[in-house]
Amino acid sequence: MPRITVTVDGVTYEEEVEPRLLLVHLLRDRLGKTGTPVGCDTSNCGACTVMLDGRSAKSCSVLAVQADGSDVVTIEGLARGDEWHPMQKAFHTEHALQCGYCTPGMIMAAIDLLRDDPDPSEEAVREGLEGNLCRCTGYCNIVRAVRLAAQEMAQAGERREVRTP
Amino acid sequence: MSEQLDAGLIAEQIAESDQLGEPSGAHEVGRARRRKEDARLVTGRTTWTDNIQLPGMLYMAFLRSPMAHARITRVDTSAARARPGVVAVYSGRDLADEQGSLPCAWPVTEDIVIPDHPPMAVEEVRYAGEAVACVVATDRYKAADALEAIEVDYEPLDAVVDMTEALAEGSPLVHESGNRAFTWKFAGGDIDAAFRDAPVVIERTYVQQRLIPTAMEPRAVVATTDGDGFTLYSATQIPHVLRVMLALTTGIPEHKLRVVAPDVGGGFGSKLQVTAEEVLGLLVTRRLGKPVKWTESRSEGNLTVHHGRDQLQRISLAAERDGRVRGVRVDLLADMGAYLMLVTPGIPLLGAFMYNGIYKIDAYDFTCTGVFTTKMPTDAYRGAGRPEATFAIERAVDELAHELGLDPVEVRRRNWITHQEFPYDTICGLTYDSGNYEAATEKALALFGYDKLRAEQSDRRDRRDPVQLGIGVSTYTEMCGLAPSRVLGSLSYGAGGWEHASVRMLPTGKVEVVTGTSPHGQGHETAWSQIVADALGVPFGDVAVLHGDTAISHKGMDTYGSRSLVVGGVAVLAACEKVKDKARLIAAHMLEASADDIEFSAGSFTVRGTAEGRTIQELALATFAAHDLPDGVEPGLDADATFDPDNFSFPHGTHLCAVEVDTETGACAIRSYVAVDDVGSVVNPLIVEGQVHGGIAQGIGQALFEEAVHDTEGNLLTTTMADYLIPTAADLPDFTTDRTETPATSNPLGVKGVGEAGTIASTPAVVNAIVDALRPYGVHDVRMPCTPERIWRVVSEAGPPASGSAAAEAPAGASAGASAEAPAPTSGPGPMSTPGPASTPGPASTPGSGSGEATSSSEGGAR
Ligand code: FES
Ligand code: FES
Repeated sequence: MPRITVTVDGVTYEEEVEPRLLLVHLLRDRLGKTGTPVGCDTSNCGACTVMLDGRSAKSCSVLAVQADGSDVVTIEGLARGDEWHPMQKAFHTEHALQCGYCTPGMIMAAIDLLRDDPDPSEEAVREGLEGNLCRCTGYCNIVRAVRLAAQEMAQAGERREVRTP
Repeated sequence: MSEQLDAGLIAEQIAESDQLGEPSGAHEVGRARRRKEDARLVTGRTTWTDNIQLPGMLYMAFLRSPMAHARITRVDTSAARARPGVVAVYSGRDLADEQGSLPCAWPVTEDIVIPDHPPMAVEEVRYAGEAVACVVATDRYKAADALEAIEVDYEPLDAVVDMTEALAEGSPLVHESGNRAFTWKFAGGDIDAAFRDAPVVIERTYVQQRLIPTAMEPRAVVATTDGDGFTLYSATQIPHVLRVMLALTTGIPEHKLRVVAPDVGGGFGSKLQVTAEEVLGLLVTRRLGKPVKWTESRSEGNLTVHHGRDQLQRISLAAERDGRVRGVRVDLLADMGAYLMLVTPGIPLLGAFMYNGIYKIDAYDFTCTGVFTTKMPTDAYRGAGRPEATFAIERAVDELAHELGLDPVEVRRRNWITHQEFPYDTICGLTYDSGNYEAATEKALALFGYDKLRAEQSDRRDRRDPVQLGIGVSTYTEMCGLAPSRVLGSLSYGAGGWEHASVRMLPTGKVEVVTGTSPHGQGHETAWSQIVADALGVPFGDVAVLHGDTAISHKGMDTYGSRSLVVGGVAVLAACEKVKDKARLIAAHMLEASADDIEFSAGSFTVRGTAEGRTIQELALATFAAHDLPDGVEPGLDADATFDPDNFSFPHGTHLCAVEVDTETGACAIRSYVAVDDVGSVVNPLIVEGQVHGGIAQGIGQALFEEAVHDTEGNLLTTTMADYLIPTAADLPDFTTDRTETPATSNPLGVKGVGEAGTIASTPAVVNAIVDALRPYGVHDVRMPCTPERIWRVVSEAGPPASGSAAAEAPAGASAGASAEAPAPTSGPGPMSTPGPASTPGPASTPGSGSGEATSSSEGGAR
């Protein structure tokens, strides 16, 4: 079985994995990183989105072996100590989650969106999050949260790279 | 507008005075508190069922029927059993003696046919996706692999996917007893008199397409045993109901069974069920003595999570020429699917009382036939029966307005119950306790800029703009807050509708609240804390809300039907009142005063006219020590309460939708959406707004995107999220939401419930808007989901627009032959089909007596 080395939320793991093992299952079933959920089996929902080497990726459409040598940040590794990432704060402030199942992926995708477009219009947020489905919120508050986080991050001069330093 | 403001004021005053005990300093109720639940959800410290890992845990996977209808002639599991990591393989036959039958708790008529429903098929499969065998293995990949090694021989039987066909002579039989599950009738007033010589009769047939609820968290089950007792973790909305039902189904005694709903990722009715996998999980753990887990894939879920809607509605409306509706007749076919699950037959009944909407109607006649087909059973989906009813009446009222050349808002105004007329006894026997339809509508019209949009519409019509503007109106009410137990009893439902709560003051002054509701996104931990903080005068942060585990919350009826706040929240308040009553006695004793002289304010009990008092926290500690309690008072400061409502609650509101429809491509975009809802008094406006947003989005999903499509063989074609389209962020506009507040009179919080309102209101608002846009083309209906293809076909079949806005507003004679209906009934994904013979009539049909005034465009005519 292939042996891989992968850093997840700042911890380096060496694992033997079946070639077909999905990254999301490595995270959830082997490493106990259950903060990242699975919502579909066709790469449509985005619930499983994580940061892979600083860019958002759907961890259900990446094989664990493909992540060999990579840096993964999940929702569990996003806060710095007790200080939430501005996107986490904004989701809370704007009530951008109900059941919260889509939230980890939504937050990761939104952070990546701001990397490309630090001050997105409402429309840009809607287009940018098209690959992340939410059944609870109707997206209004998610859009508000992303734009709020954009403001906060701009004010703090923050363009945080989300990867293990 | 002023009426609305008054209503708001009243709500505030009531909230301030008697509703929440004596006025307390802090006002938590009514505040937009950020949710307590969020911290774990935004940091990934969640407890989804699939997260659970237990020592020695095994994984289950199910082999599912690839055919909609077949006899199982052979199942050979031997090769699968030999696969590495496989611990056991079971066929339906292996479990036949112990698996029982999945329950139906709502036998709506005495002669209803409730077929045996084995959790795993033994002799016959009746829908594609039905489980036929199950592998138990050491990991999820190995379990899935071994499924391939199971051999099953099927003898194909004919499928029947269409309800009309299923009822026809000679149709293939889903069950030997026939395809009719029940016929349920309900009537009020003299319907024949209403229709006799009615100047206008509108007859329509609407198709409520089958939907897949699509909660983002797929179902998951973990079952475990210590050899004596059993614990079942499940992604369920109903841990309490489930425990009772599983005890009855599996024979595991109720006191040996604990059911836990950990964090649950949405439900929308789909997790209001007793599923095959829950039963089988328990049976397998009982056999193997090991914990087992099953998590569905999305495609498995699309096949086997119960579906929603799927009704064929024939609605007739008799009216005067001034637009006043005399009577409504509804003939409904409701697709049950292959079996009756937990509340399958009751869903259309929940709609039966709502076809009168917010209108004053003299006569009503309702017939519903439940029909078996070889498809996944249907059951509760957000709104459950009420969205269907609201759609039909709101669509039909728009047709009436069009027929009479009246503005759709005006027709509604001429029919609705005015705010002075509450409480109002409806033709369906319900008492609407409160409401103010005028105020909500006024506010919505103003926010929407109704007149301006109408002007733009007329301009576009005159210009024959290929992109037409449509305006859709939906004024709805719903019965929710399920439900008064006696009413449920009268409808033959198998349980009550009460809710339970415990409130306990802990020795250190903190508060634990135990609720029988089972939130899965609704924010009960936050809202219940607000209620308790005000009632007991304790800080919001000092309240913890426990739920979703029958070992912790021993009693409850769970979460569905917009009931949690209206029934469960009120139970919490009632328990707080009992705690205060007891605290008052103890305070009086400690302060050497009469209990009558003790006043409660902001968490302190004081002797009237003095500053002397005790805080509730001090009293909590005193009752813990119990050194000096009054005679006959037990130690501890806690109370239980069970609330059973006297009446339903009736949220209402006005939703307005503007769409732009490109008549050349069929593309349809929502330009603006305004919702003014009246959900009574509001505990947390942030949560309410969120519920409304999400509800609207789901209703729009039905209107524009979603449909579970089967081929003629009964195979589901929409098994993935790429085929079954729920709205994305890019598909939806921002919603403008606002509220009026007319407190409910049926509960002390004045609340009405908000979980389903948005979904109920939005579907007809959107479809009314699309049809409105296409009126100049003589279009009277577009079947849902109104995809670009369907819209395009309807427009192309209808021909060129009649000239200008006049044609659209006074359609008489201008639209002959331009019915939107395609002639051929198909059950497939075809662009436009309206099954059944009633699909041919056009905008209105005039009864034979020929009073002559009715507009005469009726093509088909006959009723
Ligand atoms: S789980 Fe749905 S996209 Fe990955
Ligand atoms: S919050 Fe429930 S799916 Fe997005």
